[in-house]
Amino acid sequence: MKNNKPQMARREFLENCTRKLPGFFLLFSSLNTANILAANENDDYDHSAHEYAMGVSIHKCIGCGRCADACKRENKVPREGHYYRTWIERYIIPADGEAIVDSPDGGIHGFPEVKTGGDVLRSFFVPKLCNHCANAPCVQVCPVGATYSTEDGVVLVDDTYCVGCRYCIQACPYGARYLHPEKHVADKCTFCYHRITKGLLPACVEVCPTQARIFGEIGKRSSPLNRFARFNDITVLKPALNTKPKVYYAGADGEVR
Amino acid sequence: MQRIPQQLIPLIIMIVAIIGSLITARTLLVPDSFGDLGHYRADNTGEVAALELSYAGAHVCADCHDDISETKRDSHHSGVACESCHGPALAHTEAPDEFIPDAPRGRDGCLLCHGYNPARPSGFPQILPGQHNPTKACLICHAPHDPQLPHTAEDCSACHREISNRKQVSHHSSVACTECHKATDEHRASPRIVRAEKPRKAEVCGNCHARGADSSREIPRIDMDTHGGRYICWDCHYPHFPETNL
Repeated sequence: MKNNKPQMARREFLENCTRKLPGFFLLFSSLNTANILAANENDDYDHSAHEYAMGVSIHKCIGCGRCADACKRENKVPREGHYYRTWIERYIIPADGEAIVDSPDGGIHGFPEVKTGGDVLRSFFVPKLCNHCANAPCVQVCPVGATYSTEDGVVLVDDTYCVGCRYCIQACPYGARYLHPEKHVADKCTFCYHRITKGLLPACVEVCPTQARIFGEIGKRSSPLNRFARFNDITVLKPALNTKPKVYYAGADGEVR
Repeated sequence: MQRIPQQLIPLIIMIVAIIGSLITARTLLVPDSFGDLGHYRADNTGEVAALELSYAGAHVCADCHDDISETKRDSHHSGVACESCHGPALAHTEAPDEFIPDAPRGRDGCLLCHGYNPARPSGFPQILPGQHNPTKACLICHAPHDPQLPHTAEDCSACHREISNRKQVSHHSSVACTECHKATDEHRASPRIVRAEKPRKAEVCGNCHARGADSSREIPRIDMDTHGGRYICWDCHYPHFPETNL
């Protein structure tokens, strides 16, 4: 114990640590945040000012498959193979027994007659797509953060970041996801995010000849979705799962799942 | 400045090395903008939004093809977007002469919507492709931008085919639908919203079938006061096929 100076140095060192290290971290994190808005829109689109949703009117759907076709063309989904971002299901409810559900080619080429071998009670079409759940199971399970909910309520897939583990495909209760055969990443409906952010309608809504699909925003009086919700008894698919879907169905009965 | 104690030097080197490698790993592995808005790469939102479009939207077509869009606006196809039949046409709006959109002239395109399918909503105009002029293109008789309703002689039967077929072979074949039902033009335009009126009172049947009714003598008569008791006519007699007993 010759002097007390080294103790002073230790105190100085600790003080320096508390003062300078956070600054060190901040330097690096500021490098990351610098790009926050650089890649985003050059126009004045405000992501946080929207919350998109879709309405589907089952008794208006004629099963022409134009939506599924337009979706493939707009989003460059592979033509061959069973890859669909949106598709149409045909429900055939027999007088007795289980409901028959089919979707040949997603409904793009129409629905050939089906021999059920018994009396048919009723039959109808149900267009399906990603439900853009507010409480999305796919977002929860993604191990790398490649699937996420945007501020405007759309669930997107980051195809440069997805590792193709297929976990989200398993987790989606609506079967809305598939593994892209060329990119080897998960892929699904984006509500045509590249269109809606420019004020256009999603391709499927644009081409629907009977207006069975309604696109709009939640909580906006002027939105067509507001009218849709007022005039119809609306329901969502699999409400018991608490996924809080943002695709609302009108005229869906208990057989639709 | 005092000398740093001997025992601290390896510790400092170690801590600096660990922190340094952590920071290097983080900057190399975690992409820019990751975590800015949540557990994802915020830049991706802009990348997805910047994807290429294919469909232009109907309002764009109307800029040049104003004559067709005006015809279509007042027709039964007013709700059908141009690109529903003609396909994606954004390339056409950018280079009108180089890219010409599809103009389907065969039957296949029309039949996607108008071919008979029992799962379609009743009332939607449909044909049986094998029986409805199988070799002719739809365009020959129907203008796609201004299609016409079925012939008026088929008025009710166009949608209520099953009832009309049954009634045709029954004793009520000569009774017009409008004798008992009131079907307004609104019902024709939106059959599911405005319903056709159905008879509610036995007197409607009594107009022809009551003892003192002013009708043809062959028509069977009943005593309206005693016949049937507390039941109303159609509890037992099916009006579209009265020969049957329910």
